[in-house]
Amino acid sequence: MSHEPPPANRNPGPEAGHRSGVTGRGPRIGVFVCHCGKNIAATVNVEQVVEAISHYPGVVYAARHEYMCSDPGQDLIKKAIGEHRLTGVVVAACSPSMHETTFRRAAEEAGLNPYLLEIANIREGCSWVHEGPETTDKAIRIARAMVEKVKGNHPLSPIEVGHAAKCLVIGGGISGIQAALDIADAGFEVLLVERTPSIGGRMAQLSETFPTLDCSQCILTPKMVEASRHPRIRLLTYSEVAEVTGYLGNYHVVIRKKPTYVDPDKCNLCGDCATACPIRVPSEFDRGLSERAAIYVPFPQAVPSSYTLDEASCLGLNPLRCSECAKVCTAGAIDYDMPEERIEEDVGAIVVATGYDLYEKERMAEYGYGTVPDVIDGLEFERILSAGGPTKGEVRRPSDGKVPKEVVFIQCSGSRDPELHKSYCSKICCMYTAKHALLYRHNVHDGKAYVFYIDIRAGGKDYEEFVVRAMEDERILYLRGKVAKVFRDGDKVVVWGVDTLTGKRVEVAADLVVLAQAMVPSAGTGELARKLRIACGGEGFLKEAHPKLRPLEALTAGIFLAGAAHGPKDIPEAVAQGSGAAAKAIAILSAPVLTHSPEVAEVNEDLCSGCAICVPQCPYGAITPGDVAHVNELLCEGCGTCVAACPSGAMTMRNHTDLQVERMIRAALAEAVEVAGG
Amino acid sequence: MKKLAYFPGCAMKDQARPDEAGTLHALAALGYEVAEIPRWNCCGTVHSLAKDDLMRHVGPVRNLIRVQGMGEKRVLTLCAMCYGTLKRSAQFVREEERLARINAFLDTEEDFRGGIEVVHLLTLLRDEVGYEKLASRVKRTLNGLKVATYYGCVLLRPREFAVDDPDRPEVMERVVEALGGAPVPFPERMECCGAYLTVGRSDIVTDRVGRILRSARGSGADLVVTTCPLCQFNLAERRPPVAPTLPVLYLGQVLGWAFGADEPANLFPLGGAR
Repeated sequence: MSHEPPPANRNPGPEAGHRSGVTGRGPRIGVFVCHCGKNIAATVNVEQVVEAISHYPGVVYAARHEYMCSDPGQDLIKKAIGEHRLTGVVVAACSPSMHETTFRRAAEEAGLNPYLLEIANIREGCSWVHEGPETTDKAIRIARAMVEKVKGNHPLSPIEVGHAAKCLVIGGGISGIQAALDIADAGFEVLLVERTPSIGGRMAQLSETFPTLDCSQCILTPKMVEASRHPRIRLLTYSEVAEVTGYLGNYHVVIRKKPTYVDPDKCNLCGDCATACPIRVPSEFDRGLSERAAIYVPFPQAVPSSYTLDEASCLGLNPLRCSECAKVCTAGAIDYDMPEERIEEDVGAIVVATGYDLYEKERMAEYGYGTVPDVIDGLEFERILSAGGPTKGEVRRPSDGKVPKEVVFIQCSGSRDPELHKSYCSKICCMYTAKHALLYRHNVHDGKAYVFYIDIRAGGKDYEEFVVRAMEDERILYLRGKVAKVFRDGDKVVVWGVDTLTGKRVEVAADLVVLAQAMVPSAGTGELARKLRIACGGEGFLKEAHPKLRPLEALTAGIFLAGAAHGPKDIPEAVAQGSGAAAKAIAILSAPVLTHSPEVAEVNEDLCSGCAICVPQCPYGAITPGDVAHVNELLCEGCGTCVAACPSGAMTMRNHTDLQVERMIRAALAEAVEVAGG
Repeated sequence: MKKLAYFPGCAMKDQARPDEAGTLHALAALGYEVAEIPRWNCCGTVHSLAKDDLMRHVGPVRNLIRVQGMGEKRVLTLCAMCYGTLKRSAQFVREEERLARINAFLDTEEDFRGGIEVVHLLTLLRDEVGYEKLASRVKRTLNGLKVATYYGCVLLRPREFAVDDPDRPEVMERVVEALGGAPVPFPERMECCGAYLTVGRSDIVTDRVGRILRSARGSGADLVVTTCPLCQFNLAERRPPVAPTLPVLYLGQVLGWAFGADEPANLFPLGGAR
């Protein structure tokens, strides 16, 4: 927060020379028209555009090229800047979001201030959407308007700012752990914030992983330990992000660390406290299939390895009420007066890896609304299969502990059902259901496994082979069709479905039903997104800046996405995205200085009355009210809303002033220029 | 006394007379002055699935015009089928253009202005009478009789016209409970009985009815109640020879009995029970 940006270069400095701005001798503009193969040239007569614009006032040079973005095309621009002593350039080509950077860099290389180059978009806004002779006329008008804009442009320099060399990673699942380790290994400090008492996330709950059947905890725990021992990672478990302010490179975060009422340095994990505790509540880690005391370790390999006293289920943090745990703690680790900690830090970048939950089976009307005890979800089955789980890895059903002899697995439960549930595919269920059925058959040799599916999506390395193995070698009966209804009948769970390949109704009197519930963003994702000022998509998953080219970034600069908080993902993808987000964060943390576009709003302090009408209009929170409004140039994205809102005309957008816009409109609407020879 | 326009439909004047008799007896005891709408015609029975099939709505809408003519804002039905068709048509003509076309077609009638609410006996008992009041007015309790509540299809489908949560209905169970019975919400209570296949493919209906009755008996029921005349007919008359001998009654019969209606007039025939 300490780095005030230097003032932007509003006037040409002495080093800018005669080409860097509008000089006394009047503008000398060059216009470069691109064919873009046939993208533009098929509907726009490029030669006519060149001819017409070359006669426009201020234009001293006009040329065309098949592909202006190619090296020869760029060379054409660079050469002309030198030879014709151009004071401004207009490139009539595709959208500025495509190649503005390319051409501005070329201009800079030729000695012209890059902000004196503008793009006239004659492709997306013209050649692609029109046909006929008017298309060429419109292209000429667009080019004329941009010539007028360039005439009013000033040379500018990017705004520079320093940054904190520390990163905040939110979420201690596998994706967050991976991101934290990569960033810390690159030499930067990391704050790893986890809401629950231990890091590890969903992966810690899994039994074995597809397609290799590695033990999930065996491959996860070394990473957990590494994260906790890393000299540059500060682990903040049982903590939540309370506030986030600031901007790229300079975020100020406030973290609330809830008291665990147990000193981790003194706790020796003897477990006497949990035995003494009179309270029993469902274990979150075992998805309610076992019970825990109010003072507990979520699972034996938890990191940090210390007990946590859950305030909500404790009889009361008061020796008069109970204090059974403190009485038996020989290590003296229990401290009922432990306060909540408030941690404030400046960080340069933020990685959000808050993971997923399963869509509640209580919402599945057709599958019994969660009221049938032997209808469980995929994570519950993972716990049942786990050696450290409620049944010690033996497959036994929740209602009566019997070994189920017929198990029905239902895929797409809540997914791909736009009418009643979620419309999207949860992506990992085909694979984990195959794994579940296979592990069940390994456990119960005389057991029968049925899988109801819509279709099998096994896109991934060795994934298809794994599913085929489950189908063929493990003799699991795959039935293509949806299950219409599941209900309890005596000690059986009756499943009604249809096999759409034979067109026959199927009825199975099963002992256990496992629902591959849809993946949804973890609880609180929306609230955190609001604090971070990042967007969520329609289904609540965090939204990336571009679905193809910027999948790791949030739209807010300096915030990166990792893991299933961004959308359904399996472990390798979550790990890869964690590493990818880390690389993005490292690029910021390791930059000597960060830059921001100088094309931002500025206040004419003589005109501003301090009415603050602009303040609530700004979508980026960049304006601070006062005697006069103050624009934080690093937060400003140059949208111009404040300019439109200002009743005094005190707000202007650099290189996009009202005068420029008015001249652009006049140039666009002026009588058609006679095309010479046309 | 609260006035209530009533659309009987064909079955209530024939096969389902005990349902009407019992229901009207109970509603009178609950303070309703039930007024049968004049010159009513067939509800249409089966709703058309074609979206542009205006002709299908002419019959139901004419009945709604009769309700409008009585100066009433709502109309009661007892039959699940009538409820479905009238309710759907009332919804269909909410769109002005459709209403205008139907009115243009019905040129011998006054224009329908819309806004008539169609209520079923079950929704009336739940939303207006209330379970508590119902229980407090009962004259003869069912005394723990185990009553299987059979919804069938049209009370709950399509879901936008359902009388209750189509996946977990409870209204019929709550009514039975209010009458002193022990509701048996058996697994097949929402399954289709086979409906009109009873005409051409009674073997399918017999198969389904057998399943439904076995499911009800298996859940410990002493009798089955329904509000649909077709369900009642199929469950009572199309049962396989080896099916459980459960009586299948209209809800109105049970309701009437609980409110002290004369037994012979109200209860017979004891559908399906020999």
